[in-house]
Amino acid sequence: MLIRDVSEKIGLRVLAGNVGLDKELTGLYICDLLSWVMAHAGKGDAWITVQTHSNVIAVAVLLELACVIVPEGIEVEEETLQKAEVEGIPILQSSMSAYALAKAFCKAGIE
Amino acid sequence: MEQMKYTFNVEKDDFVLAGQASSNIKKLLRQLGIDSGIIRRLAIATYEAEINIVIHSLGGCIELEIDPSYIRVIAADRGPGIEDIDLAMQEGYSTATDKAREMGFGAGMGLPNMKRNSDRFYVRSEKGKGTVITIEMALKAGA
Repeated sequence: MLIRDVSEKIGLRVLAGNVGLDKELTGLYICDLLSWVMAHAGKGDAWITVQTHSNVIAVAVLLELACVIVPEGIEVEEETLQKAEVEGIPILQSSMSAYALAKAFCKAGIE
Repeated sequence: MEQMKYTFNVEKDDFVLAGQASSNIKKLLRQLGIDSGIIRRLAIATYEAEINIVIHSLGGCIELEIDPSYIRVIAADRGPGIEDIDLAMQEGYSTATDKAREMGFGAGMGLPNMKRNSDRFYVRSEKGKGTVITIEMALKAGA
């Protein structure tokens, strides 16, 4: 399923990286420890994290993650948004918790 | 393909640029048509080495060597060195600062992640001088 379709179904707000919205999204990973994400997240995963510094984008690029999702309305630094634009990594924001987002992803067909 | 060498500087405490060298290496390898699975593993290992330089050292550099039969990454830093390499290789062990931990670094997964994602992996460290990490990926069977 495309990131754009999942995003529209769940009602996510696109903060940056519009150009990357037509990539395939295949899974979901939730974690805030970057090395843990490096070890376990899979290519094509959407990554839910409360981390908002620009290194999040470096991790997403290196792992070829589909997108980054910040839960609970967390704001993202301008520097991070700019880097996401340059790298074409969508950053999506939701008012939902990570748990509620995971449930919504299942309902949307990402299991 | 002839042997090629590149060097990338890595600054201490520069969390904004951290990951840039790994990202550049990944792009270079992709342009050369290296297998995507090898690139992914090397990118993870290189990123961890780069972050370690940023967090733990006084700065250093990452050298990339591409040969027809292997890719070698050497991450060398100036700094305190690793006191107990066996301990540092244990998952969960970390000496990262509170600032680094708040940013999600310092999970104690760096060195284990490097080893897991390398075909060959060496750590050499001297207290008070620095650490040299070598990561190698074979491009041909038996290389």
